[in-house]
Amino acid sequence: MIPITEYDSERKILTALLQGEIDHHCAGEIRRCIDIAIDKYSPELLALDFSGVTFMDSSGIGLVMGRYKLMKETGGETIVLNPRDDIRKLMELASLGRLTKIAYTAHSAAKASSGRKVP
Amino acid sequence: MKREVKNKMKLSFISRSENEGLSRIAVSAFLSSAGADAGVIAQLKTAVSEGVTNAIVHGYRGITGIVTLECTIYENGLIRTVIRDKGTGIEDIEKAMEPLYTTAPEEERAGLGFAIMKSFCDRIRVRSVPGKGTTVTLDKYIAENG
Repeated sequence: MIPITEYDSERKILTALLQGEIDHHCAGEIRRCIDIAIDKYSPELLALDFSGVTFMDSSGIGLVMGRYKLMKETGGETIVLNPRDDIRKLMELASLGRLTKIAYTAHSAAKASSGRKVP
Repeated sequence: MKREVKNKMKLSFISRSENEGLSRIAVSAFLSSAGADAGVIAQLKTAVSEGVTNAIVHGYRGITGIVTLECTIYENGLIRTVIRDKGTGIEDIEKAMEPLYTTAPEEERAGLGFAIMKSFCDRIRVRSVPGKGTTVTLDKYIAENG
């Protein structure tokens, strides 16, 4: 699915909210979408938010690595936010942590708990 | 020891990338109806996605062909998944299986397909004949502890 991109011009942070399944079939379209936004805003930090990602294979790893390289060309950094446990495991298997920080935000924690049913 | 087949399915599709999703749905539906662990299903789903993507991206590079996906569940808890293409084949299987090795870096292929299949399955076998095609066999047990 096409990611939603948000740009914070004050802090120069481009956030891409990734959604659904990331495989070889849709990785190209997601990549184009993010790269257009990087080109437009020249952010200092690219935040790839995985809160809405339900499945990912090595195409997702390639996507993160590719954006990391692109950001690096202009001295920018990349951060991965809120991946699910199984997706985080896949990222660790690929040693993605050596390139980008993997972090969890309060925003996503709030979203996750609001989705839970109150007993 | 003879293994009894408990259930079996076979799916054939042309090498279009939208069928990667189809292969994942088919495998996870088939395995969940057999009562496989959620963790096992998630891992096999990822491994199948890698294998089918390899067949589409590398096996049938620039051409269209048929990919077949076969999944068998045995009474002893073994799940055998076979992904087959009749495409270009792999010249050097050992090299192809090396982590980070890819023949398609410009497409941002990470070169991790085989590494993921290996780590998410109990056993992997690759048979390939250049010009004839590739068969990848993934073995995994239905429950985490076998």
